[in-house]
Amino acid sequence: MFEVRIHSRGGQGGVTAARLLALAAVRDGKYATAFPFYGAERRGAPVVSFVRIDDAPIRISSQIKKPDLVIVLDPSVMDVVDVLQGLKPGGRVLLNARERRDMKGYPTFTVDLTGIALREKLEVAGSPILNTPVLGALAKMGIVTMESAKSAITEMFSDPRNVSAAEAAYRELVA
Amino acid sequence: MLTVATGNKAVAAAVKEAAPAVVAAYPITPQTEIVEQIAEYVSSGELKSQYIPVESEHSAMAACIGASVTGARTFTATSSHGLHYMHEMVNWAAGARLPIVMANVNRALGPGWNIWAEHTDAFQERDSGWLQVYVGSVQEAFDAVLMAFCIAEDERVLLPVMVNLDGFLLSHTMQPLEIEKAGDFIPPLHLPHAIDPQNPCGYGTLTGPDDYFRLRWDIERSMRDAVDVIRGTQERFARRFGRKYGMVDEYRCDDAEVVIVAAGTLGREAEVAVDLLRDEGTRAGSMRIRWFRPFPRLDLSGRDVVVIDRDYSFGFGGVLAKSIAATEGARPFSVIAGLGGQEVTYEDIAGFVRNRQPGRELWFGVNGDV
Amino acid sequence: MTEIPREEYILKCTSACAGCGDSLSLRYVLKAAGPDTVLVVPACCTSVIQGIYPNTAFNVPVYNVAFAAAAACASGMSAALRAAGKKTNVIAYAGDGGTVDIGIQALSGAFERGADFLYICYDNEAYGNTGMQRSGATPLGARTTTTPAGKMQPKKDLDAIVAAHRPPYMATACPAYPKDLFQKVKKALSYRGPTFIHILSPCPPGWRFSTEKTVEMGKLAVRTGMWILYEREQGKVTINGPSKAAMVKPLPVGEYIRAQGRFKGISAETVARMVDDAAALARRLQKEEEGIC
Repeated sequence: MFEVRIHSRGGQGGVTAARLLALAAVRDGKYATAFPFYGAERRGAPVVSFVRIDDAPIRISSQIKKPDLVIVLDPSVMDVVDVLQGLKPGGRVLLNARERRDMKGYPTFTVDLTGIALREKLEVAGSPILNTPVLGALAKMGIVTMESAKSAITEMFSDPRNVSAAEAAYRELVA
Repeated sequence: MLTVATGNKAVAAAVKEAAPAVVAAYPITPQTEIVEQIAEYVSSGELKSQYIPVESEHSAMAACIGASVTGARTFTATSSHGLHYMHEMVNWAAGARLPIVMANVNRALGPGWNIWAEHTDAFQERDSGWLQVYVGSVQEAFDAVLMAFCIAEDERVLLPVMVNLDGFLLSHTMQPLEIEKAGDFIPPLHLPHAIDPQNPCGYGTLTGPDDYFRLRWDIERSMRDAVDVIRGTQERFARRFGRKYGMVDEYRCDDAEVVIVAAGTLGREAEVAVDLLRDEGTRAGSMRIRWFRPFPRLDLSGRDVVVIDRDYSFGFGGVLAKSIAATEGARPFSVIAGLGGQEVTYEDIAGFVRNRQPGRELWFGVNGDV
Repeated sequence: MTEIPREEYILKCTSACAGCGDSLSLRYVLKAAGPDTVLVVPACCTSVIQGIYPNTAFNVPVYNVAFAAAAACASGMSAALRAAGKKTNVIAYAGDGGTVDIGIQALSGAFERGADFLYICYDNEAYGNTGMQRSGATPLGARTTTTPAGKMQPKKDLDAIVAAHRPPYMATACPAYPKDLFQKVKKALSYRGPTFIHILSPCPPGWRFSTEKTVEMGKLAVRTGMWILYEREQGKVTINGPSKAAMVKPLPVGEYIRAQGRFKGISAETVARMVDDAAALARRLQKEEEGIC
């Protein structure tokens, strides 16, 4: 079982990112579940979403305590949330950032999703869309195949810029 | 078509396949997405239903009753306070022998306001004459709604069916979903007592004690007959779509010395606990209660039983634990867990089994540490 | 001249009280509606009048439903029938308690949604079926079992509430004027969308008058101006003949008050207030009819 925790802020598309990742995993022939933690959040508050991927049907509904991968869509949440909490030894971090950061020695992957979204003019109500490009980065990391990532994006969004943004993230991911 | 969807979207997709003539519903968290999606299907023309956006749940069920008695297929969805606001009409629907299908997204009752999963909302409707099924996955939510129409509308049953899914844990969780084309799986509805101006009858007229008593007995007879109809429908479903369901879903029970009984997502999480316990050398098994009305028989002979209730009947006990004690003569270790969406993991469940005390009741995280 | 059909849809010897204004009303309602009609009846006197299972005294299907549920149930029924291509009349037939009190939310919801049915409130100005407790429709000063000293509040203005939903047709009526009632039901059923008729239904045991005086009591209510017969069709108000006449030359209100035991001991101030309220309503309707407001 591969477990992912996504940190973002309400309205940034963390829930959709989780859904896209789960759909891409299903397109890879795997089983997946995706769910947000629902509290009394409002737009802009830090939120968490979870994804489980496995080769067998998934029977667990409880929250993910020990993720294999932490995705940080908005680095500013790191000021208020310990995003590394429970991350397994050897677990990986994917950061939406322009520059590398030290994440307490965990293998960290960096990509400027915000920059890519702005470049591709992928915006909703003035906010850059991060949830489709992040799929490209995840494909590069080997979590899902790029083919399935693109398939998931196309199934959910008709605008082709979402796929080009994912392709850009695939190319620009820094290990 | 294989996709990923939330439990709510799965319910709506199944309703689209069943194509009820009338859907009357009122929004409530965490059910709202079901009625939004159905309204969207109706608006786009994908679903040819009359969608009645009523002003309350009481009216939702009243409108379904009015529609159903004309012989029309009807559906509604609710949750928690909504279910209780329509309580009077919930009873009416069953007494009137109307095959209405309702999805109830299980949610705790206030106060305080709590939008998370708990089964007390629907368990409190247990004596209403509705059939009740509890699902453990998004796919099962879809499948159960399709089958609910077949079962409710079967002339041996003609009682309403409530499909229950855990708030957020299923309603808002995305899982793989195979959207089946129902085709002729659900036969056309023929309501023998449909209203007909050519044959004017009184419905629900003032009824004396003897007749009323007999009509109640008719409900119970149909509830008993429903067990066969459920089995038959689930077998027909398995032949057609390949997924098997029982009154109870058993997991590794054949040689089990201890059995975990739970409903909904907790019952699925319990299966993971079973694997964990078996790895430790404990011969554990799981029985996930699917049908709660009619209540199933469980083969518990000679086994320890750990019952997890995501519900409570104050002054009495966990509803599942007490029901099983009554029907099977078991002395379960009764665990009350998950109320108001309390997080319960498979590791917690394995802990309940390791530290079981038959005949005792534990409020998880409140009155004792196991 | 309107011909009222001879066909009867209410059989003789129902369980109604002698002199029941509701039975009289329903007799004409069903004559106007005809056989392709379904009645939706919440808890009220009519639930009892139709008889005891397995018998029914009504020759149209009657769907009995819970107290608060008539309008919602009728809206669902009408939606299903229309979807099946049927033109069957759906008539919610409810008392004043089931309309102005417990059922008003469902009524408001169904009217706002534009559901296609006729809602009739037969108003005997109290909870008759449970033995005459006050309702929101009980008039000022009337004694009921829960207002033993006379009601302190005036009657709720149900018609203004319904009018706020702008139904295509609404009217008041009284079984003392059967042709008027018959024509109004016909007219209401000719419209699509929610329509409404408010029938003042004199009640011998509740109002405490002798059973042969039901029609006389209805006429007195209209002639003294305590009940105004009018229609609101596509928003346009028409005050009907008997009330027009009463506005020119009303009978003294005392004739209506003194004829009923429920007003026994009513103070002169209370009667004066009732007269003022009725006059204010008459002026409002006259202005609306003339298009002044």
